Amino acid sequence: MVSTPLNNSLSVNNLGCIRGERVLFKNLSFQLNSGRLLYIQGENGSGKTTLLRTLCGLSIPAIGQLSWNNQDIKSLAEDYYGQVLYIGHLASIKDDLTAMENIQFSLSLSGYTADHSQIIGALETLGVGRCAHLPTRVLSQGQKRRIALAQLWLQDTPEHTPLWVLDEPFTALDNNMINILTQHIEKYVNNGGMVIFTSHQLPSFNVSLIENLQLGDA
Amino acid sequence: MNKRPIGTLSLMRRIFMRDITVAWRRRSDVMSVFFFFIIATSLFPLGLGADPQLLHTIAPSVLWVCALLSCMLSLPRMFEADYVDGTLEQLIISNQPTLLIALMKILAHWVLSGLPLVLIAPLIGLQFSLTNNELQVLAVSLLLGTPILSLIGSIGAALTLGLRGGGVLIALLVLPLYIPVLVFGAGAVNAISIGMSADGGLSLLGAMLALALIFAPLTASYALKVAVE
Repeated sequence: MVSTPLNNSLSVNNLGCIRGERVLFKNLSFQLNSGRLLYIQGENGSGKTTLLRTLCGLSIPAIGQLSWNNQDIKSLAEDYYGQVLYIGHLASIKDDLTAMENIQFSLSLSGYTADHSQIIGALETLGVGRCAHLPTRVLSQGQKRRIALAQLWLQDTPEHTPLWVLDEPFTALDNNMINILTQHIEKYVNNGGMVIFTSHQLPSFNVSLIENLQLGDA
Repeated sequence: MNKRPIGTLSLMRRIFMRDITVAWRRRSDVMSVFFFFIIATSLFPLGLGADPQLLHTIAPSVLWVCALLSCMLSLPRMFEADYVDGTLEQLIISNQPTLLIALMKILAHWVLSGLPLVLIAPLIGLQFSLTNNELQVLAVSLLLGTPILSLIGSIGAALTLGLRGGGVLIALLVLPLYIPVLVFGAGAVNAISIGMSADGGLSLLGAMLALALIFAPLTASYALKVAVE
């Protein structure tokens, strides 16, 4: 099978966001292409989460344009949302459903379905394979976090899901898990994926892949 | 990773079934609204005494008002849990229109809170000594009317997401909009009991249902987008 290299681009032009009376950031412009990793830094309250939510279409920017492959994301709407995988602070996990049911449902919101064995495989990579059929209310915060992150293993083909937007993906994870996740993100980016993430500590990514964006005064 | 795409209908079915599954695992929430309806309607014969004529006269309005109130009790739950745990964000940025997602959640709400009332109401109507004919019209009017309650209610539920004291606010927003449903729903049963045709009231309920089906999910989906922003 001959695979053509992916050539997607997300460009942000003169973006500004306001929360209440406060201007979080303005005149923000950058472009991100396939195979690149964008690391957004900033103090607490500098607008990192707002920027990520704006990038995946949840918040509407006060000013500026966002375009995916040179088309405005507002006009693309669902066609754009289907390409983005967003993992935010909230795990979007229902306590009354099992890990398996939660993952199947999240996956179907992205428009896919997977076999149980694949989901078990992803959960085992994350060290929570035993929890697959337990209701998630009995799991710990870290375990719930891992179940939310399982989407990264199930939607890791850049041809189908070319952009990951991750808000603090490393919180509540132990060192071993941080390494596994770092390697997985690198592999996805090397395959032509695009990742935008925030984090308070910079994990050891291959420097040639990464671009930095500093929000706030610093 | 080998995964298969699913279509719009399949996703709609999954959203609906997920709501039903979650409700089934928390049966007490659904049951409490159902029992509220049974108990509230049963208080009237107890309080008013055994005057069959009086009970018969007030039955349509009592049953309809109680249906209205019990539907309203369950409204805050329509989107609240999804909003709190972040699922609502994922629903809105899924690859399907929010309108369809809102419609499925409204349908699930009706199946869980409206449909049980339609099924139990004829039984409760018996203690108000309603006749066979009247019970039939009552069931049909509730069948047409309760979906309107869920549809209109979804707008109030979406608008009050994340607000403190949202429950009371929903009542203030939604109850005035429920008035036409109450008037024509109870009116249809009243009409049949005084020997007139119930067709007028029922047709109007049908028309309102069609109208609500078009506008309510649309309005609710916009309100949901505002709520998560």
